[in-house]
Amino acid sequence: MTDEIDQGAAVEAAVQAVADRLADEKRYLTDLDSAIGDADHGANMNRGMQAAVEAVADADEDDPATLVQLVGRTIVSEVGGAAGPLYGGSAMIASKELADGITAESTVAFGEAFLEKVQDRGGANVGDKTMVDALTPAVHTYKKSIEQDDLPPLAALAKAVDAAHRGVDYTVPIRASKGRASYLGWRSVGHQDPGATSTLYILEALLGVAEEHLEGPVEEDATSPRVPDEEPAGDGPAAGGENGPPEGGENGGPSSEADDSEADEG
Amino acid sequence: MKKLINDPADVVDEMLDGMVAAYPDSLRRLEGNEVLVRADAPVDGKVGVVSGGGSGHEPTHAGYLGEGMLDGAAAGEIFTSPTADQLEAMIEECDAGEGVLSVVKNYEGDVMNFDTAAEMVEMEDVDVRQVVVDDDVAVEDSLYTSGRRGVCGTILVHKVAGAAAARGDDLDTVVEHAEGVIDNVGTMGTALTSCVTPEKGEPTFDLGEDEIELGIGIHGEPGTERVDMMPADDVADHLTEAVLEDLDLDAGTEVLTIVNGMGGTPLSELFVVERRVDELMDEHDLEVWDAWVGDYMTSLDMEGCSITVCALDEERKELLAAPADTPALTVRD
Repeated sequence: MTDEIDQGAAVEAAVQAVADRLADEKRYLTDLDSAIGDADHGANMNRGMQAAVEAVADADEDDPATLVQLVGRTIVSEVGGAAGPLYGGSAMIASKELADGITAESTVAFGEAFLEKVQDRGGANVGDKTMVDALTPAVHTYKKSIEQDDLPPLAALAKAVDAAHRGVDYTVPIRASKGRASYLGWRSVGHQDPGATSTLYILEALLGVAEEHLEGPVEEDATSPRVPDEEPAGDGPAAGGENGPPEGGENGGPSSEADDSEADEG
Repeated sequence: MKKLINDPADVVDEMLDGMVAAYPDSLRRLEGNEVLVRADAPVDGKVGVVSGGGSGHEPTHAGYLGEGMLDGAAAGEIFTSPTADQLEAMIEECDAGEGVLSVVKNYEGDVMNFDTAAEMVEMEDVDVRQVVVDDDVAVEDSLYTSGRRGVCGTILVHKVAGAAAARGDDLDTVVEHAEGVIDNVGTMGTALTSCVTPEKGEPTFDLGEDEIELGIGIHGEPGTERVDMMPADDVADHLTEAVLEDLDLDAGTEVLTIVNGMGGTPLSELFVVERRVDELMDEHDLEVWDAWVGDYMTSLDMEGCSITVCALDEERKELLAAPADTPALTVRD
């Protein structure tokens, strides 16, 4: 059994890291969304996560399931639109999987429950140019890395981030068939999907936290030995510098410099 | 563009306070929420009927709060879905223990937030059901859209479901009547001008003096087709024929028609359109049981109209004729 206080602190650190990352990328996400959506994704996600940081800090409880459920609830009430229910509502439902704490098994179950809820609610599949295009490969890769390849959670998470990255790249050339972008039809081609992109940023932030904060709890419950985190964790988030849209598009498509997480506004 | 507002960010909040000021005996605002409910909600022994969506469509939705129609109405920001926690608060407030029906227009944000709210209240043991209205015949249900939009036909769902709930039908039966309307109603709209949202302060889309958009939604989204301006009769023909083709009604069917203003068109013009709609019903051998003309579901200050046709049976006629007492719609015994 792991120490619940540490796990609560880990969730708090993860929420803070995701909030920081989305604050950094606020402008870029909104630029992506203005090309093919309604130009509020970055601002909405930032507002939701800032509120989540406060909610978690004010919470009396510190078990992961309760905290994650609180984060979900906060996002639902702050973000609205489609992103609120998709991210927040799914986190609320999936939080149940963390009832016994954060372990390799429970995080796989969390990822699967989260993905299932997103697909169920949004009705999107891989190839529709939505967050599902980043989330699906990430969850599947994480699960396979843990269950079949017997990788430690940290290495598995790094692989999942890589997979999400490829998923984001994949959204650029395809045509949207779900979400607001679908109303544009072929005009959506060439633009990177903002929802897939925010999913990638969240996973990258979680990986960062896992690297420095979670070794204890996650590894204790994992069946594997110590984490050889150097190589797999190293190239995931840092790679992929240039995934702006290949053809600039008439709407003055998003600039391609926001991959460096520290770049934009603070 | 001149607007009678203070801060654009306060429009919805101040509008709701204004509505309560105008109807203090019948409307009440949930504290800390952009939700209005009937002053006497929840009504004992009755299924709750609620709705909601973006603001900017007044009198939709809060205008239909009252006896015989809605118990609760959630107002999102202009053209933006209410958040799930506001919907949750509304549903809980309107549950008298008999369950609640949410009437949702088919827009992704609305559907997802109502779904999420349903999950949240189910944890509190509220029996909640929802129906999704998708009456806009201009948008095809296909892989490439998220299905048909829900527009003015929603008002008829409010009326029929509200009347069924008022006479004491149980939740399943109220749902059945609501779905009966959804299966038998079609709408199509046109815009002569773009609307102007308070935040943006300028037209959402550019439309030439001699052009109109056909097949518009109610959020300032462009239509399916841009055509040259034409006389009212031609507009009425175009919209009505599209709706009738979709509904494919037998000769002799009784119908209710709505000529709905989009917010910026005077009643005189709506009646000109109504005149032609009435002729068209006759040409198609359809019996007009009732015809509504006015601003029922608007798009801010947009000029234009939509035409709704709903096929009736005895049950729907009875429910449509049942008394209703709301700010925007009154039906007397």
